[in-house]
Amino acid sequence: MELQAPYPPTTSGPGYRLWRASGRAVSATRNDPRAAVGVTLLLLYILIALVGASFSPYDTTTPNIKVRMQGPSWEHPFGTDRIGRDVATRIIAGSRVSLHVAAGAVIVALLLGAPLGALSSYVGGAFDALVQRVMEGIMAFPSLVLALALVALAGPSIPMLWFAIAFSSIPRYARIVRSGVLTHKEREYVEAARAMGQRPMGVLLKQILPNIMAPIAVQITLDFARAIGVEAALSYLGLGLSVPYISWGLMVREAQDFLEVAPWLAVFPGIALAGVILGFTLLGDSLRDRMDPRTRLPLNRRGQ
Amino acid sequence: MLIKYVAMRLVQLVPMVLVVTMVVFFVMRIIPGDPVLVMLGAVEGAPISQDVYDAMRLRLGLDRPLIVQYLDWLWEMLRGNLGDSITYRTPALDVILQRLVPTAYLMVGGVIMAVAIAVPGGVLAAIHNNTKWDHFATGFVILGITVPTFWLALVAILVFAVYLGWLPAIGYAPPQKDIVAFLRHLILPMTVVALNVAATVLRFQRQDFLEQMNLDYVRTARAKGLSERLVLWKHVLRNSLMTTVTVVGLQMAYLSGLVTVVENVFNYPGIGFLLLNSIHTRDFVVVQGVVLFMVFLAIGVNLVVDILYAVLDPRVRYK
Repeated sequence: MELQAPYPPTTSGPGYRLWRASGRAVSATRNDPRAAVGVTLLLLYILIALVGASFSPYDTTTPNIKVRMQGPSWEHPFGTDRIGRDVATRIIAGSRVSLHVAAGAVIVALLLGAPLGALSSYVGGAFDALVQRVMEGIMAFPSLVLALALVALAGPSIPMLWFAIAFSSIPRYARIVRSGVLTHKEREYVEAARAMGQRPMGVLLKQILPNIMAPIAVQITLDFARAIGVEAALSYLGLGLSVPYISWGLMVREAQDFLEVAPWLAVFPGIALAGVILGFTLLGDSLRDRMDPRTRLPLNRRGQ
Repeated sequence: MLIKYVAMRLVQLVPMVLVVTMVVFFVMRIIPGDPVLVMLGAVEGAPISQDVYDAMRLRLGLDRPLIVQYLDWLWEMLRGNLGDSITYRTPALDVILQRLVPTAYLMVGGVIMAVAIAVPGGVLAAIHNNTKWDHFATGFVILGITVPTFWLALVAILVFAVYLGWLPAIGYAPPQKDIVAFLRHLILPMTVVALNVAATVLRFQRQDFLEQMNLDYVRTARAKGLSERLVLWKHVLRNSLMTTVTVVGLQMAYLSGLVTVVENVFNYPGIGFLLLNSIHTRDFVVVQGVVLFMVFLAIGVNLVVDILYAVLDPRVRYK
């Protein structure tokens, strides 16, 4: 009797990996309420960032003096600011900026950190030791203060902001990749690939990388939360994005002069900010616990 | 043996100090514009003669190779000479030290309060694992990690200063003049710092306590008939406090960033407030000094934690 091939029909290739990854994501949301809440929140934010603006009858810049400083109402659910702009519309616009800057920062950190970690573990010896020491040095800095100094010195621009926020995460990616490569380098499947004549770069990208994707994915998720928070804090302190960009941090900064008369101006951007950070944190925590149950937060074992 | 351990830790710090100072040294050199012109206070349209320019360049030592400049700068810095503040025209270290006292109150007060919340909170969450206490603690941890500090600070001002009028919204009062005013100004910023730190500490405290509860010595203590309360609150807690100390130490770098944000929301005149002010007045000597100060504070506290660890637990020294 012929065995029926289970779906998926192949057990390799990007299609299979994507299938497996999405399967894991779905099962994660089923077993862990944190992942479910996190994924839902993030999908909501992404949706709002992508299409939210088209549902608003207002735009982000046109002042309307007649309705300035109004509290939340049906026409303006989050109120209006000091020149009568709709706060909800501006918060929607802010979601794009926030996700954009964070994504850039995460990509920069990944692109600088991961190759550095791979290189350092492959070359080894004095180079590895040197890279390790430099990474430890960078990790000793308060990440916010370092980003603040970098942006303040080099001037705020989006690419500089990416780099400034990314800088203190570089060591994290380098470490994950380095230790991943060191663990997998000696495994039999890697030796087999090498024996079959695969070049080092091929071994790294096709054999080792798929096996260390999980910790990298966790780091990316948690790094998103951190990057969004740092960008908002920098903008709040007046060192990140400034007008004409719409950043939630900047909105809170502008709102604090009117705290007594128009608290909604400060409250709603902050809630938007907390929501997206919550989404990434919950998802990241949940993913990390799947890899390492030791750090699990709720639902812990007792007297096992 | 302890002395040997301390010496070893100090030697291990050398590369880190070199890296950290190099990062600061080179970052300071990405300032757009010519440092010579900055030091001369040059303005557009008012040309500076070549002689004056060369003299300042020589005075700043910018004609020398970069590595010589770095080593010289490092030597001066290790001697406590951070250079003169461009704004105040006094040594940057003095400017920083003047602002250090308010920050020290905020940091020390915040950490004490955080530990006072997190240790009992974490222990209770671990003992009553998977009950509503535990879920409450988990909620606190998640909120503490996700709610942006500057926003929490503003909401605290809104509630306790604007609406309730219980506390002053911003500012600082030195304790030697008026202790009541000092405390009233300190409470809000200190609580914001404490809640943030407590979230992380509680998380590790709970985790470590849960793990300790399953170890052999706990079973032994129970087996010899000690009361559950004595086992948990004396034996387990004492062991898991080591983790707490480490976590607090590791939070030091983060704490500097936290304090910088909080001080600027509350107009609280510490080194974080000084940092932002110096950035706005482009006083890069002070900026550099504060950043270095914060890094060395973190490194120093972690060194102390490591040594403390070795004193309390002799096994560490032999690793």
